[in-house]
Amino acid sequence: MLTIPRNWREKPQRYMLKGGKCKDCGYTMYPARKVCPKCHSENIEIIDLPREGKILTYTVIYSAPEGFEDFSPYAVAIVELTNGARLMLQIVDTDFNNIEIGKKVSVVFRRLFVEGKAGIIIYGPKAIVED
Amino acid sequence: MTGIVGYGCYVPKRRIKVEEIAAQWGENAETLKNGLLVREKTVPAKDEDSVTIAYEAARNALKRAEIDPQEIGAVYIGSESKPYAVKPSATIVADALGITPAVHVADYEFACKAGSETVFVVYGLVKSGEIKYGLGIGSDTSQGAPKDPLEYTAAAGGAAFIMGNDNVIAEVIATYSYTTDTPDFWRRDGQSYPTHTGPFTGAPAYFHHTLNSAKGVMEKAKMTPKDITYCVFHQPNGAFPLRASKMLGFTKEQFEPGWVAPYIGNTYSGCSLLGLASVLDIAKANDIILVTSFGSGAGSDSFIFRVTERLEKVRNNAPLLKYYADRKQYVNYATYAFLRGKIKMRED
Ligand SMILES: [Zn+2]
Repeated sequence: MLTIPRNWREKPQRYMLKGGKCKDCGYTMYPARKVCPKCHSENIEIIDLPREGKILTYTVIYSAPEGFEDFSPYAVAIVELTNGARLMLQIVDTDFNNIEIGKKVSVVFRRLFVEGKAGIIIYGPKAIVED
Repeated sequence: MTGIVGYGCYVPKRRIKVEEIAAQWGENAETLKNGLLVREKTVPAKDEDSVTIAYEAARNALKRAEIDPQEIGAVYIGSESKPYAVKPSATIVADALGITPAVHVADYEFACKAGSETVFVVYGLVKSGEIKYGLGIGSDTSQGAPKDPLEYTAAAGGAAFIMGNDNVIAEVIATYSYTTDTPDFWRRDGQSYPTHTGPFTGAPAYFHHTLNSAKGVMEKAKMTPKDITYCVFHQPNGAFPLRASKMLGFTKEQFEPGWVAPYIGNTYSGCSLLGLASVLDIAKANDIILVTSFGSGAGSDSFIFRVTERLEKVRNNAPLLKYYADRKQYVNYATYAFLRGKIKMRED
């Protein structure tokens, strides 16, 4: 699981949906990386990613990893945001039979992980299907 | 002119009907519904809490305010269901909305009045010129103990208000607070569920403070119920605010647009603010709105607002309460018990 310092460092991407955009080839990424995976440029700017997108593909997890047992079964999707950036998000508040490739989603702010009864609560992005 | 520059609301998608809870305990649902005037209530998902609800409501308020989040000088959340006993909720919301770090942040507590209190304080800071804009939020995921009468109404939801001196959508005409030490309802530190004193929560607590506060603010504004377009009260159930509105001489037309408890339940710190959001969803320029909150312990904050032309320009920047109220997924008592942590899971 995320350590507290790493979790704290990753706040911009989880809280604000900050991503990266390559100033040379225009590739958008989440999270931002130091080097563009497409053209290897290091000319990356930090941008606010849009909070709307669509489902590219998804799967339903029945056997959840440790710490996520409360959510199973749950759906996880690769979402393409309206500016082309792709990220993996849990789909919440949506019946599985309403989750389809191509459906529109919005990013919401939820609890991602709760570290036991006394530990930290980690918040970040998930998605809902827009009907 | 000082007042609201942006407002937003959020309620979770899941609902449980009074019938479902009544069936669990062998009670008569019709009698309960007729007494409480509540049909169903919201239930938060396993990954929702008063912080995520506050965030969504505040993001909607920012969309309507059309301001740079960095211009907000204070962020306060009122709640009685904080995820952490020690560690502020408002820092998380302020950070996630891009308002930090040059901002004054605090959590407020005063039972169900904590939400209106944040609006009261940011209004004062904005009016004095200390800050340009201030964000006040009421948000709760409160619980009633299983089989307690509160279980039929304790719901989840929140509303957020950004106050400022320009681009105002509803001007503050007057404020008034009425407070005494009254032991009607409390929760001791470390306890999961609140304790209340049954009938004592009515006359000396809710009605005494609500009526005196509403009368106080109308007197201060030199208004009578005839001058007011809409009235909103705290809604521990559907019946109390209806009776309070009648005792003050308000009509059904003045009261019903802000009456949200019958289909949402009692969202505690979010309650009177959700009622105000629901009225702003339909109000027109120059309408006058009275809002009176109530918090056990006990006190009531009142506001009188006058709606401006700008409200209609920004209203559709964010979802109305109706959008959230119409999105529903009903759960049974077992799912509700799991979602609210009332089922003991294996810990290893
Ligand atoms: Zn590139």
